Amino acid sequence: MIITIPTPLRVYTGGQQEVDMDAPTVAEALDSLTRAHPELRRHLFTPEAKVRAFVNLYLNDEDVRYLPAKAETPVTARDTLSIIPSIAGGASPAPGRSSGAIVR
Amino acid sequence: MPTMTEAARLPELTTDDLSRYARHLILPEVGMEGQRRIKDARVLCVGTGGLGSPLAFYLAAAGIGTLGLVDFDVVDLSNLQRQIIHSTKDIGRKKLDSAEEKLSALNPAINLVKHETMLSSANALAIMKDYDIVADGTDNFPTRYLVNDACVLLGKPNVYGSIFRFEGQASVFATEAGPCYRCLYPEPPPPGLVPSCAEGGVLGILPGLVGVIQATEVIKLILGKGDSLVGRLLLVDALNMRFRELKLRKNPECPVCGTNPSVTELIDYQHFCGIVPETPQEKSVKNGIPQLTVKQLKARRDAGEDIFLLDVREPYEYQIAQIGGTLIPQNDVPNRLGEIPRDREIIVHCRSGARSQRIAEFLKQSGYKDVANVAGGILAWADEIDPSVQKY
Repeated sequence: MIITIPTPLRVYTGGQQEVDMDAPTVAEALDSLTRAHPELRRHLFTPEAKVRAFVNLYLNDEDVRYLPAKAETPVTARDTLSIIPSIAGGASPAPGRSSGAIVR
Repeated sequence: MPTMTEAARLPELTTDDLSRYARHLILPEVGMEGQRRIKDARVLCVGTGGLGSPLAFYLAAAGIGTLGLVDFDVVDLSNLQRQIIHSTKDIGRKKLDSAEEKLSALNPAINLVKHETMLSSANALAIMKDYDIVADGTDNFPTRYLVNDACVLLGKPNVYGSIFRFEGQASVFATEAGPCYRCLYPEPPPPGLVPSCAEGGVLGILPGLVGVIQATEVIKLILGKGDSLVGRLLLVDALNMRFRELKLRKNPECPVCGTNPSVTELIDYQHFCGIVPETPQEKSVKNGIPQLTVKQLKARRDAGEDIFLLDVREPYEYQIAQIGGTLIPQNDVPNRLGEIPRDREIIVHCRSGARSQRIAEFLKQSGYKDVANVAGGILAWADEIDPSVQKY
């Protein structure tokens, strides 16, 4: 199964945009992914091993959290798992204007 | 959705309008009635930067009757790589004034309303209530949640676009039947985890692409024609020129737009996104980390003190400018603690002081006794100590 890696996380997969993972379910595919690329783990999962709330997982074009079996949904080699993080860029503030309070 | 004004009550088109919008009038999907709907429409553009530039330009070209612009920023040279509504001669000028000048030149007939303010919980509802549709072109998470919540509370569609490096997202949130931004992202990322455009960089053309997609969705909502992005997240990968769609569902348990909303008024979005404002007394120490000014850093180096200057930026930033620090990019720090001595004072810096603060806190938690952060980063060094250091 192909797992697509979003731009902000590609630095942890050696720049790869897509990773091929053989796994029976969504959960196990993610597990294999983070074992192969350990630095991904803390970006995708909380210390309690839950998927971080600002990361969305899509199996093909469906949000995994709305699938009946959620992360236990079985997958085949023809499926694609997409990791979709929040991005906020629109227009950036002028440099030097940022105060300690604004998100950088 | 904007109320479908009776055809009879829609504004008439002038002779100038008939000539100007001729190419719209002959389109079956627009026609006279569609153009009158566009003339009747009131659209608020939040942000006149990367996304706002093409958005506002095309909405003005289309003949939106009332175009509101929200921005409090000033044009900077680094904006001109993508914020095409501004010109070189506008550097230093208020973005609102610059935008107004170009939009009036393109279409003098539209009613431009400038809102020179930072959108906040105190003013968002009052500003937004006079518009039919809101187009979100902002650049930070707190404002995105603010705009979303205000749109849901007021019942105004939120035409959303966002970008990062080469990738963009677009959708239409906050319609009655459709999802809102919180249905997709119930929680924001902790501050510092997702770089801003200033730190991650952005391909100049990308907001052009996504901003026009937003303008398209605004026009379609007004006309009531075509298939809008309600319930769909459009993903744009400009580098590979691939467009994908994901299904978005309205979350029945959404705290803002669900069946039992717990958010019924605007909240403190900075706090929601984990950003704690600094009080004046705290300026010299933040979260237990002493804040060093660049002047103090220079004084310590000149005095030959045995400090370890840790630079936590990325290699390509180091190539642009550096001040002699040891480079360990922020995400490598946990794995390279062995290279950071525990028996010396560690002074951490980055570009503006935000990443370095986080790493300084991490080092403190990892048992380092003597850690300080360079407030203002290499930008402050370039401003106050050595102007030959390239700012970026």
